[in-house]
Amino acid sequence: MTTLVASLNPASNEQTLDKIERSAIDASARLPVLLFFGTAIFWLVVGSLLALVAAFKMNIPGLMDSEAWLTFGRVRPAHLNTVVYGWASAAGIGVGLWLMARLCRVAMMNTSLLIVAAIFWNLGVFVGTLGILAGDSRSIEWLEFPGYATPILFIAYAFIGIWGVIMFRFRKPGHVYVSQWYLLAAFLWFPWLYATVNILLIWQPILGSAQGAVNWWFAHNVLGLWFTPIGLASAYYMIPKVIGRPIHSYYLSILGFWSLALFYSWNGMHHLIGGPFPAWMISASVVASVMMFVPVITVAINHHMTTKGHFDGLKWSPTLRFTVFGAMSYTIVSFQGSLMAIPTLNQITHFTHYTIGHSHLGLYAFFTMMMFGAMYYIVPRLIGWEWPSASLIRWHFWLAAIGILIMFGALTFGGIIQGLALYDPAVNFMNSLYFASPWLWVRSFSGLLLTAAHVIFAVHFVMMLLHTGAKRGEPTLFARPIPEEETLTA
Amino acid sequence: MNRLPLLFLGIFLTFASAWAGLVAYPYLALGRLLPITSEETGELAPPPLSGLAEAGMAVYSANGCLYCHSQQVRPAYLSTDIAKGLGPRRTVARDYIRSKPAFLGTMRTGPDLTNVGLRYSAEWQHRHLYEPSEVSKGSIMPAFRYLYTMQKIQGAPSADALKDLTGPYAPKPGYEVVPTEDAKALVAYLLSLKRDYALPEAPEESLE
Repeated sequence: MTTLVASLNPASNEQTLDKIERSAIDASARLPVLLFFGTAIFWLVVGSLLALVAAFKMNIPGLMDSEAWLTFGRVRPAHLNTVVYGWASAAGIGVGLWLMARLCRVAMMNTSLLIVAAIFWNLGVFVGTLGILAGDSRSIEWLEFPGYATPILFIAYAFIGIWGVIMFRFRKPGHVYVSQWYLLAAFLWFPWLYATVNILLIWQPILGSAQGAVNWWFAHNVLGLWFTPIGLASAYYMIPKVIGRPIHSYYLSILGFWSLALFYSWNGMHHLIGGPFPAWMISASVVASVMMFVPVITVAINHHMTTKGHFDGLKWSPTLRFTVFGAMSYTIVSFQGSLMAIPTLNQITHFTHYTIGHSHLGLYAFFTMMMFGAMYYIVPRLIGWEWPSASLIRWHFWLAAIGILIMFGALTFGGIIQGLALYDPAVNFMNSLYFASPWLWVRSFSGLLLTAAHVIFAVHFVMMLLHTGAKRGEPTLFARPIPEEETLTA
Repeated sequence: MNRLPLLFLGIFLTFASAWAGLVAYPYLALGRLLPITSEETGELAPPPLSGLAEAGMAVYSANGCLYCHSQQVRPAYLSTDIAKGLGPRRTVARDYIRSKPAFLGTMRTGPDLTNVGLRYSAEWQHRHLYEPSEVSKGSIMPAFRYLYTMQKIQGAPSADALKDLTGPYAPKPGYEVVPTEDAKALVAYLLSLKRDYALPEAPEESLE
């Protein structure tokens, strides 16, 4: 009977209805999300090139040193800001918007708001990056964009925030999923963070070392309360989606979310241990950093138990492979971060390349890989075309994964040796440079691998937009997944 | 989770707690510190900066010196900074009230500059900025030659021309290298970096 009804009216089939609903949502998201993704990938490539220039300057100090705009002290912040705002934030916004629409189960409304936002956002990044290179950098870490660029970003963000509120207001009734908690929190925290530092550090700068506290409260929370919740929202969506089973534990999700919100927000001062601040501020941040074990272990267990028994998915699903790499990196980078905040260890690693290795493990191995995974899932649904080449995805993955592991290893070892040299009163300062030097060459080499990965991804994305290759009836995977019945009998 | 008011309240309160502790508190307590007047000499601590040094601060910021040079001396119980001779005492909040921005820094690819004004002369700073590796063997600091002008000597050599330059970028006979206004300002700022005044909240630390 049901088959008869279904054959007469396909829409009466619930699964088909769901499919129609999803494709309507995806169609509404196409333009804004692709705009954020496309520009993000552009900035990723630009940021990688800037990173290479900065990295090789540490190997060959005389490299390109005749022009002011190419000096290390400008190229380095230009790299950081293009990848943080141009790439990671824009990619995160794109993923966040799409997840929000899918989870609210309504087609995107007022997408023109988002298109204006994307244009303004990129204008802000463009003006800001040129400003840094031209010599208008604020020299406030993670906030180098000059005062004429940051308001453009803020306006762009305001459009996104307003849109998010409208979207959530008109969601379909039902359960609010864990990814939505993280997204809502991130979308509410970011404007608060950004507005605070714009007022207190750029428009009406407060005095002296208080700036340092506000600076690192901001910089650390951009990672902890902006990128991390978006990355986790994506993991909480993609892992169950790809392997086709629900999240292991609802209660662990709750614990993970609230402990993250409480502890992460207090972490910032661990960047300034020994700095000119009252001891209690530093102590509070050290304690909060160690307490980060709670949300991190909780989320790690929850994701691991969800994936358990389905790890073969890593063999065939690009999305799952990138996402699981990101999720595992999140656990590692957070453990490392907690340990680095302990003053005994911090006095060695503070002020060294070790910290740079740590931040790349966070922003790249965790967040960026998570965004790659999400993009491999989302883009085909937006444009109705599958990725043209599985081997390009494979190259992208391995270059990025091996590249970031080499980079992390090199900066970690180099940083520890540098730190020990800086720590020992008997050792001359110059030795800290000699000892770190070979490791900085390895780091530059790993940067070449990452840049190659990004160029491959960018080319593949353009091929995708141009609908290159033959039309495929099914997703582009690394291998054919083994159907469940076969695995059971095998 | 469907208790949305609780969700929003929690999102607000967790964030507000850290905002109060790490933003509002330093704003109120550290952001309004004033210099103190020494009872013996009547001088201000920290001393005011010259106009040129203030301009130099902007050059320091524009060229991103802080990405390799920190300006903080940590206390003896947390580091070997004092044993390594970075300064006679830790730096405290009041040391930074004239610094815009604070330039605390998080890297020591280059040496800490808290007290660099006590260590080198203006002449040394200019030669070093012009070609670091000629003055400091093994240095990987980039050259800031773009802050200097190479020009033909017209009549008598300029008073502020750099002396004793060596290496491939030394001027040919009949030429001289003079600092731009930016270079002069930057060096004035570097020379002003000396925390050699006493502050009651940061006594000198003895090393046993």
